Amino acid sequence: MDTRNFTFLCYGLMAAWLILCGYVATLAGRERRLKREVERLRTLVEDRERTG
Amino acid sequence: MRQKLMLALTGIAGLLLVRNLYVILLVLPDEEHQNAAYRIMFFHVPDAWTAFLCFFGALAGSVLYLAKNDLRYDGFAASITEVGLVFGAANLATGMIWGRVIWGVWWAWDVRLTTMLVGWLIYAGYLMLRRAIEEPTERAKMSAVVSIFAFADVPIIFFSIRWWRHQQHPEPATLPPEWWAALFANWIPLLLLAGIFLMIRMEQERMQRQLDGLRRTVHAF
Repeated sequence: MDTRNFTFLCYGLMAAWLILCGYVATLAGRERRLKREVERLRTLVEDRERTG
Repeated sequence: MRQKLMLALTGIAGLLLVRNLYVILLVLPDEEHQNAAYRIMFFHVPDAWTAFLCFFGALAGSVLYLAKNDLRYDGFAASITEVGLVFGAANLATGMIWGRVIWGVWWAWDVRLTTMLVGWLIYAGYLMLRRAIEEPTERAKMSAVVSIFAFADVPIIFFSIRWWRHQQHPEPATLPPEWWAALFANWIPLLLLAGIFLMIRMEQERMQRQLDGLRRTVHAF
């Protein structure tokens, strides 16, 4: 294989997978945030129902 | 059950990708003029097909939302648009790297590349619009209209090679049969990954709707 072309092939494959892996990380972070927020609001609603 | 299905799909996608990488890197011979760099195409092209399919799904979801006024269709359209944008970004990035080694430039303003970039930006605008509108039904209606208009760019991207003949971008119809087989074989795991992302994203949209409901309850106190 031609070295320069092989290097760019590696860059291409890395770029494709980095984008997909980055998206997976974003999805995981968002899921954690949503779960935390749902839990926080549920507790808030329960507290207000008890006191109100 | 949902998690088991996702794990199974991820496993199948992983195995298929390993098998495809073996074929792409070690079985298929170097191309006469491009040497090894032509192999980028086996990710670049299926990424584009996946993105187009996602944008078509977004169109269907948007039309269904406008017809039935059900926020689940809006959630589907938003989720699948985001997944399409990710594959669109991978398509653009791999295309730029291929262009750098073959054409000597990172970007050429020919019709295929430009329309793909414009399409990507329109769909990115769709997601930004969704963040800007707080009220869920108004957000869904406005986004559905934008998504339907945005899809007009997809056939232009797809047929640009036939409609504008003087382009730099190569025509896929001229590929040898074994390359087509490798392209389709590599499309399957990417479609599986897109399906997994979509399942995760739709669950998050469901959680977001739950969150909106809880916020309304909190404000009502």
